[in-house]
Amino acid sequence: MTIGLGHYLSVGAILFTLGILGIFLNRKNVIIILMSIELILLAVNINLVAFSSFLGDIVGQVYALIVLTVAAAEAAIGLAILVAYFRNRGSIAVEDINLMKG
Amino acid sequence: MIITAIFFYLFAGVCIASAFMVIASRNPVHSVLFLILAFVNAAGLFVLLGAEFLAMILIVVYVGAVAVLFLFVVMMLDVDFSELRAGFLNYLPVGSLIGFVLLFELLTVIFAWFIGPEAGKAITSPIPAASAINNTQALGLVLYTRYVYYFEAAGMILLVAMVGAIVLTLQHKPNVRRQNIASQVARGRSSAIEVVKVKSGQGLS
Repeated sequence: MTIGLGHYLSVGAILFTLGILGIFLNRKNVIIILMSIELILLAVNINLVAFSSFLGDIVGQVYALIVLTVAAAEAAIGLAILVAYFRNRGSIAVEDINLMKG
Repeated sequence: MIITAIFFYLFAGVCIASAFMVIASRNPVHSVLFLILAFVNAAGLFVLLGAEFLAMILIVVYVGAVAVLFLFVVMMLDVDFSELRAGFLNYLPVGSLIGFVLLFELLTVIFAWFIGPEAGKAITSPIPAASAINNTQALGLVLYTRYVYYFEAAGMILLVAMVGAIVLTLQHKPNVRRQNIASQVARGRSSAIEVVKVKSGQGLS
């Protein structure tokens, strides 16, 4: 009944897979894709913290903090791009985002 | 120990179920709320792992900032989400195939490896005993000394993200007249009034 490192890594792997699956299934909705990216980064964080805890090295938590920062910045920039795009085109469907295709 | 196991399975189960609902939910507002639930349960997992500071940061940053930002954008944009959802079932076979392959590979790796005996020598800053110093202090002692450049780089990333988000969403409307305080203050007697000598009976042309 002991909870080992493998349990936490399994949770991280399942969350990562769900994030990838979310990107595949919701290919038209950019907001859900951004949320899936957040799930993927959360899975990475769980892995980092689990290794930090089970190896006894606190540096893993420092890196988890950096990943958290990048995830927050990515969400802010992504949503800002989304809002600016919606203002210009009136739609956020992924198929319509082909302005630079020529 | 049994309590730890019970709470691990509770947090992990709710976290995975809500992560599934994030990608499967029909309404994006529900997706955001399930995302919040997933983050809160991940914070519970972090507490079980002994990373209390990161758990609280996860709640403050994700639930307090990122998820509310998502909620704000989802509610502000006037989008027909049911139309965006069309084609969900078209991608289901290939998506689930890729998902199963990826999960199988990841779990194969997870259950086949072990930590080498020399891995302990590579540890640069071991976690102190929980009775001596708490997690926040231990993290700060490392973060502000040895990894201070990473910390400052994180601050720069947040600054650039903030400036970028403002630049992207700020819009200047050309027909809006704004108050120009400098020109108001610089306005003197010569530009404000004009004295005209009028001869009687001629009027102003």
